[in-house]
Amino acid sequence: MQQSDLAKIPWWRNRRVVEIVVQAFVLAIAISIIAWMGNNLSNNLQRLNLNFGFDFLDRAASFAIADPPIEYRPTDPYFRALLVGLLNSLRVMFFGIIIAATLGITVGIGRLSDNWLVRKLASLYVEILRNTPLLLQLFFWYFGVFLRLPKIENPLIVGDRFFLTNRGLDIPWFASNFRTDLSWLAIVGCLLLATAAWTKRNQAIERGQNPRFWLGILVLGVLGAILLFCFGIDWIVPQLQEQSITGGLNLSPEFATLLFGLGIYTSAFIAEVVRAGIQSVSKGQWEAARALGLNSTSIMQMVIFPQALRVMIPPLTSEFLNLIKNSSLAIAIGYSDIYAIGNTIFNNTGKPIEVILLLMMVYLIINLIVSLIMNRFNALVQLRER
Amino acid sequence: MSINLKLSSWGIALLLLVGGCNNRANQVEEGSDKVSGRLNLVKERGSLVCGVNGELPGFSFVDENGEYSGMDVDLCRAVASAMFDDPSQVEFRDLGSQERFVAVQSGEVDLLSRNTTWTLGRDTSVGMEFAPTTFYDGQGILTTKASKIEKLEDLSGRSVCILSGTTNEQNLADRMRKLNLDYSPVVFEDTDLLYAAYEQDRCEAATSDRSQLTARRAVMGKPEDHQVLNTVLSKEPLGPLTANGDSEWFDVVKWTTYAMIQAEELGITSENVDSFAETEDPQIRRFLGLEGKLGEDMGLPNDFARRIIKNVGNYGEIYKRNIGDPFNLDRGLNALWTDGGLLYSPPFR
Repeated sequence: MQQSDLAKIPWWRNRRVVEIVVQAFVLAIAISIIAWMGNNLSNNLQRLNLNFGFDFLDRAASFAIADPPIEYRPTDPYFRALLVGLLNSLRVMFFGIIIAATLGITVGIGRLSDNWLVRKLASLYVEILRNTPLLLQLFFWYFGVFLRLPKIENPLIVGDRFFLTNRGLDIPWFASNFRTDLSWLAIVGCLLLATAAWTKRNQAIERGQNPRFWLGILVLGVLGAILLFCFGIDWIVPQLQEQSITGGLNLSPEFATLLFGLGIYTSAFIAEVVRAGIQSVSKGQWEAARALGLNSTSIMQMVIFPQALRVMIPPLTSEFLNLIKNSSLAIAIGYSDIYAIGNTIFNNTGKPIEVILLLMMVYLIINLIVSLIMNRFNALVQLRER
Repeated sequence: MSINLKLSSWGIALLLLVGGCNNRANQVEEGSDKVSGRLNLVKERGSLVCGVNGELPGFSFVDENGEYSGMDVDLCRAVASAMFDDPSQVEFRDLGSQERFVAVQSGEVDLLSRNTTWTLGRDTSVGMEFAPTTFYDGQGILTTKASKIEKLEDLSGRSVCILSGTTNEQNLADRMRKLNLDYSPVVFEDTDLLYAAYEQDRCEAATSDRSQLTARRAVMGKPEDHQVLNTVLSKEPLGPLTANGDSEWFDVVKWTTYAMIQAEELGITSENVDSFAETEDPQIRRFLGLEGKLGEDMGLPNDFARRIIKNVGNYGEIYKRNIGDPFNLDRGLNALWTDGGLLYSPPFR
């Protein structure tokens, strides 16, 4: 535009000016809403003679937590209680995501299977789990499954090592001593060796060389790891005494309920995401792969799934974040995760706003970290165009 | 957007805000005065909003006729009777142990009558104002007879079902710490779920106020399999409460509670209150509002005590109907001071 043209346009029709004014107006409204809410909050706190501050976190907790993952006594400050809750939450979130992803991918692929029975079973699984409320499912797992296991006097023993009772699952666990640590290190070493051998073996095949040598190393590595796992590590097997089971690790029914309930619920949603991803790959890919003579498993593994992954990752991220947030339902079944402990704290101290802000920050940070990782993963699988 | 555009919009926004801010600051000052008049608020509304438990037989629960009943419920009805001469002008809100204080703080309920223990921390840090205790209780332990738990020490290594955010949780932790014993708490948020899990044998004992344990035991599948131990772990004075900062409203709730106790001391019941209309006794005349302005000074009608007794009854009647008859719990500490108990009302003059 020429200088003379610009001078002729009045300011209310000048697009740039109007844009600025509208933006400013909306910004002012947003800030004033937040300021009004903050003002309201501080006025009400004043009226009730309460003050806003985080120093209550240093007070003694005075409540006990069952099976804390780190050392915890009721004399410890609230801060430490929240830390215990956070670790409990992270345990459920981590294993929950693994279970949900594994089951979800399996069921998702199962929904597209050629086998009629597998297809129908997978559909049933998905429809039932998606269409019932999560809280209801958790109560079902808790009251219908885990509390119905036999009582402590005659537990269900699997393989002489695993004890199932309505007080939880007792599994053998390792003692933390030098021998165990050494064994774990050796196992990691063997697995690294095995991975390296596998890569070398593939390289050998591509170059047309004899892969047997590397195959041998691979087998040795895996065997070594298994042997060390069984005999090297100092296992403590649970023992049944009259009214209790000592030794080993106890997974409480609350933890098991949350883990399985949440994992299975989310796996139904992930199954649908996986199915959508696979179906987004064009038919031509299937036909070309079959024309090359590949069998079903190879087609899925080498051709279809890598392409489907590109579409699947953003909705998969959403499902993982949903699982992380849904883990706060632990309070309904008596599992002491960070939300449950935060609830107890704000009830005992009368500081709901500070505690809820803290909880929101924690969940926000965990979710942002997961999103970050998944976005990096997403960037990795995208098509690289020149 | 270019840098110029961004800066200009922030600049204009700031100008608008600074202009608008002055107005807002003035408005808020006026608003805070009105909020503290809860008595006026309730009068205008015409009904009382009362926070209760809803799941505790004897204190606040829904009976077979679909009506709220219990000691805590009757206290709310007493306040409503004092203000409106109608015990049904109450709206009940079921509150869990987690949200009860927040509901009072935020003003969602006018008063909380939810078997809440009076503690220093709740009075100061949580910002609650406790009206006189209506039920002196203690913390107890409920176990199955099969578990062979007879005293507190037997809980070592066992699992105990507890409600989260209660004094019970903290008291048990304190006592077990003193004995240097370990135990496994299973912490629930909902009362019904807790006792369901206890019945399913998830934990070998449950701990709560003894009145609650007795009440819940009575409604279990097989009450004869369970027992409330004789051990009393702590003092649990239960009573109604209001929010900090409103003495006028607090006085109303406090003196309604005392009126029920004083009525029993004077021998006035819901049956015979009308017969006292012609009495010459100055103490009773003042109490029932036949002379003096005791009610008016509080913002209530002068015959507020008569209304309470006529519509709901005196403390003795309330106790008998809700706890004495159904659960066979004798008055114990909850008797009048003249009978060796702790209920003592200051004089009505």
